[in-house]
Amino acid sequence: MNGLKKGLGLFWMILGPASIICMFLQAYEKVGLAAEGVQKTNTALQWGIILFIFIPISAGLVIFGYYALKGEYSQLPSGSEESTD
Amino acid sequence: MSKELQKNNIFKVIGASSLGTLIEWYDFYIFGSLATIIGAQLFPADAGASALINTLAIFAAGFIVRPFGALVFGRLGDLIGRKYTFLLTLVLMGGSTFLIGLIPSYSSIGYAAPILVLILRLVQGLALGGEYGGAATYVAEHAPANKRGFFTSWIQTTATGGLFLSLGVIVLTKNLIGASAFADWGWRIPFLLSILLVGVSIYIRLKMHESPMFTKLKTEGKVSKNPLKESFNNKTNFKMVLLALFGATMGQGVIWYTGQFYAQSFIENTCKVDFNDSRYILLWAIAFATPFFVIFGSWSDKVGRKWIMLLGMLLGILFYRPIYQVFLDDTDFTKVTQQDIQAISDPVVTRTLMDGTRDSLISTSANVTLLSGSSYQRIQSHIKFEEKGKTAAVQPDQFKDKKLSTVVFWKFVALVFFQILLVTMVYGPIAAFLVELFPTKIRYTSMSLPYHVGNGVFGGLVPFIATLIASFSGSTPLSGLWYPIGIASLSFIIGAVYLSNKKPAETEA
Repeated sequence: MNGLKKGLGLFWMILGPASIICMFLQAYEKVGLAAEGVQKTNTALQWGIILFIFIPISAGLVIFGYYALKGEYSQLPSGSEESTD
Repeated sequence: MSKELQKNNIFKVIGASSLGTLIEWYDFYIFGSLATIIGAQLFPADAGASALINTLAIFAAGFIVRPFGALVFGRLGDLIGRKYTFLLTLVLMGGSTFLIGLIPSYSSIGYAAPILVLILRLVQGLALGGEYGGAATYVAEHAPANKRGFFTSWIQTTATGGLFLSLGVIVLTKNLIGASAFADWGWRIPFLLSILLVGVSIYIRLKMHESPMFTKLKTEGKVSKNPLKESFNNKTNFKMVLLALFGATMGQGVIWYTGQFYAQSFIENTCKVDFNDSRYILLWAIAFATPFFVIFGSWSDKVGRKWIMLLGMLLGILFYRPIYQVFLDDTDFTKVTQQDIQAISDPVVTRTLMDGTRDSLISTSANVTLLSGSSYQRIQSHIKFEEKGKTAAVQPDQFKDKKLSTVVFWKFVALVFFQILLVTMVYGPIAAFLVELFPTKIRYTSMSLPYHVGNGVFGGLVPFIATLIASFSGSTPLSGLWYPIGIASLSFIIGAVYLSNKKPAETEA
C-alpha cells in the first residue's frame, strides 16, 4: 500500500497544474464567447473568481502529491494529539 | 457530576449548538431561494454595474468568503475559546440577515441598496465559515470519545434542516399572503423572522460553558499563540489538512450539493416539472432522510468513519447517471399517443410579431391530462412568413409545468431520498472525523478550512460547473453530472488509499 501511496503522489503533482491549465483554456473560451458588455464582464468576473480560488487549491494538490511521493502518508498519527510536532 | 446530570448537560450542549447552526443555515439559504425576488426589489432593472454586484452577492459569497470566515473565526476560536466565537458568528449572521430584510428598495435609495446587500451577504458568508467549525468542535469536545459520531451528527442534520426550514417558511408565507404581496413586501418576512430565532439561540448559548477540553488547555497555559501558523506552517498538521480536504471533504461537498440542490434544479429546469412539485419532492425526501445523519454518525462510532463516508461517495459515482436518466425518461412526454390522453383543454393561440418584419410567431398552448394522472402544458409553435415563396417554419413542441402522476411523484421522492441518504453517509460522520484529525489547541482553525473549501467551494460550484459542462457542444442533459462524479471519484481514491479507518476506541479522549 505504501508503494501505491508514493506512486500516486506523482499523479497528484501532475494533476494540479494540468487542471489549472484546463480551467484557463475554458475561461479564455467562455469569456470570448460571451456577448459584449455586462455579460462579458460577468463571465470574466466569474471565471476570475474560480481561478483565484482554484489556483491555491491546485497548489495544495501538488504539495499533497509531493508529501505522498516522499512517503509522508505512510504512517499516519494514531490520535489527534499526535498531529503536531 | 452524576451520570444523569452529564446526560442532561450534553443534550443541552447539542440542542443549543444545533439550534444556532440550523439558524445560520436557514439564514444562508433564504437569500438563495429568494434571489430572483430580491434582485427585482433591490437591483435596478437595467442591470449595468449592479449586475456585477448582484453576481458577486449571489455567486461569490456562497463559496468564496466561507473559507476566509473559517480562517478568521477558527483562529479566534483557538485563541479565545469556542463559546464566544460561535456566539459572535451567530450574532453576525442573524444581524445581517435581519438587516437584509430591512434594506429599502432600489427605487428608494438607488445603488446603496445593492451595495448594502453585497456587504451583508459577505458578512453572512464569513459568519457561516466560522459557525460550523465552532459548533462541531464544541459538541465533540463535550462528547465521550466513543460517542463523538453520534453527538456531532446532530450538528450535521442542521444544514439539511436549515434548507427544509427555509423552504417551508417561504412556501408558508407565500401561501398565507399571496404571490403578489410576497413578491412586493412579503419576501422580507423570512429575513425578519430570523431575529426571533437568533434571539432565542443567543439566550441559550449565553448560558453555556466553555468546552471542557479548551478550558483545560487554558488552565494549563497550553492555548496556541498562533493557530494559523501552527495549522498551516507545521508540516505534520498541514499534511492532515490536505488529506482531510482531498480525501474526504471535497467528495462530501459534491455529494451534498448534488443530492440536495442539483437534483431539485434538474427536476425543475431540465425536466420542466412544475415549481411546487419539484419543491415538494425535495421536502419529502429531506423529511425521510434526515434521521439517517444520526444513524450513520452513530454507526461510525462502532465501525469507524472512513468506509461509511467512502461508500456514500462510491454509490453516488455508480448511481447518479442511472437515477438522472430515470428523471429524464419519466418526464419525457414527446412520445405520448392519443390513447394515453384523457383530456386536452381548449387551446390558447397567441401571435407575436417578430422584430423589424411582418413575420410572426404563432403559439398554441393547451393543458394535456394523461390517463396515468400526469399533466403538462404543450406549446406548439410555428413562424409564419409574410414574404411570398417562404413557407411557415414549424418549431419543436415544448412541454412545460409538468405535474407528475402519484406513482411517478413518489418514485422521484424515493430517488431523491436515495441521493440524500448518500448525503447522510458522507456528511453524518464527517464532523467527528475532522475533529479527531486535529489536536485541541488548533482544532477549530485546522478543521474549518478543509471543511469550507470542500463543502463551500467544491460543493458550491456544482450548479455552475454542471451547467457549464452541459453547455458544451455534443453534451447531453446528463453531462453536467461528470463534475460531481469526477470529484467524488478523486476523493474516493485518495480517501481509500491514504485515510486510515480509526475507530474511536483507538483515538484519545
